[in-house]
Amino acid sequence: MSATSAPPSSADAARRVAFAPNWPMRLALLALAAYAVWASSQLGLSWGRLAHGLGEGGQLLGRMVPPNFERWGLLLEGLLESLQIAVLASAVGIALSLPLGVLAARNLSPWWISGPVRAVIAVCRSLHYVIVAILFVKAIGFGALAGTAALVVASIGFIAKLFAEAIEEISMKQVEAIRATGAGVMKVLAYAVLPQVASRFIGFCLYQLDSNLRNSTLVGIVGAGGIGGTLFAAFKRFDYDFVAAILLAIIALIFLAEIISGRVRAALR
Amino acid sequence: MNSMTSPSFSGDPVAPLRREWTRHTPGQRLSRFAVWLCCVAAVVWAVRSIDIIPEFLADAPEQMADLLIRMWPPNVAHYYPEVHHALIETLHIATLGTLFCFVLAVPLALMAARNVCTIRPLNVAAQFSLVASRSVNSLVWALLFVAIFGPGAAAGVFAIAFRSVGFVGKLLSEALEETSHGPREALRAAGASWGAEMLKGVWPQVQPAFWGIALFHWDINVRESAVLGLVGAGGIGLVLDDAINFFQWDRVSIVLLAILAVVLVAEVIVTRLRSRLL
Repeated sequence: MSATSAPPSSADAARRVAFAPNWPMRLALLALAAYAVWASSQLGLSWGRLAHGLGEGGQLLGRMVPPNFERWGLLLEGLLESLQIAVLASAVGIALSLPLGVLAARNLSPWWISGPVRAVIAVCRSLHYVIVAILFVKAIGFGALAGTAALVVASIGFIAKLFAEAIEEISMKQVEAIRATGAGVMKVLAYAVLPQVASRFIGFCLYQLDSNLRNSTLVGIVGAGGIGGTLFAAFKRFDYDFVAAILLAIIALIFLAEIISGRVRAALR
Repeated sequence: MNSMTSPSFSGDPVAPLRREWTRHTPGQRLSRFAVWLCCVAAVVWAVRSIDIIPEFLADAPEQMADLLIRMWPPNVAHYYPEVHHALIETLHIATLGTLFCFVLAVPLALMAARNVCTIRPLNVAAQFSLVASRSVNSLVWALLFVAIFGPGAAAGVFAIAFRSVGFVGKLLSEALEETSHGPREALRAAGASWGAEMLKGVWPQVQPAFWGIALFHWDINVRESAVLGLVGAGGIGLVLDDAINFFQWDRVSIVLLAILAVVLVAEVIVTRLRSRLL
């Protein structure tokens, strides 16, 4: 910059623009816009279709209002099953993630253990839980158990990775100190590693419970239990007022869960 | 936090050293116990009342092995052209959905950020619509949009966009609320219009966060758009659903491998771009 080297001449100063145009950015935005137009034509999106869709959307909304809570028994049953799936999947997922997270941490376990464990975690994370749920429905049959198993896989993919990252960030001094007293592996974990990461672990677990609850309302679409099955059935029978009731119930449940987990997190801090 | 047995100063001079230290007060111990009890009770309740059919559980390993044997080897002949085109369509849905989501999320985030928009009712309305968007899952959005637009990629694009608005808008409004007020004030003092104030005073401050959010969400949307086809909203999920319904497990496995590959490649691209951009 001229300001730091030599004092700028008056001609230089006159030529300088206060806000220089950022041409690479403008070109990139233009390219993005061009891509958007091209890709929309590829997907068959057009204004006519959108306008038609808006009309249909109005009709759909008209049929959804007012929501029909007459079959509240069915609704409650589905919600409770979703809640059970979420609780169970979180518990099993956390229980499995703890050892996996320790095994995947590169500062505690040798590379020939952490490498394969990391690969397993990456595969768990890459496959969408609905796809995993389909496979489990085939393997274990319809019902809440398949949904629970699918969400356990998803939980492992997510929190085992976070556990491993948290463990990699700990200070090794305490580990060394405990080791120097002649403690075994389990004691090192219990007295040197866990106290350093416990509060973050609890945060991850709460987050996972929250997201398992969101996801458990959905696995029913592929037959893996919970409110999703009820929702999908109502959709297929064009019971749009019941659909609206289910959606409102789901939103309320998730909103409540968000508030509760926010409270708990604030209390822990 | 510690409690001790009554310290006595009379008589024995080393009595204070024999205090019994405990980590938690009785009240704390009780509340910790209560939290654990609640957790265990929730799990026990879930295990006892969930429908577990023992016969299904018993032959699960057998069924799983059978499934894997049917899936192996993946039939590569199915890849081109069908799976390939579906994969491209999935990427288009994810990218267009992300773009469209930003078109919706930027105004909502500006409205939700309390330092940008000072009208309270607008703040609350924007926050509420962001929460509503987050609470409905992408597959449920897809169901709704399939009912509106009919089956196809259009429904997928809208589902992705409406689902990510909630997350993107929340993150963006948080980034906006963290900006410093100085540059804006300076611009306003120089007589800048509202647009110029936003563009030159606020945008440079939120730009890194913005690109980070955009990349992160594109990555998430690639994963999400892979399953939208299960409810008829286009993309590779449609092919997957077909293959499963026809029990063509070797075709299922090639689709799964394709999804896995795309998701991993997307993650690598995002990590690279992020380290170069930020």
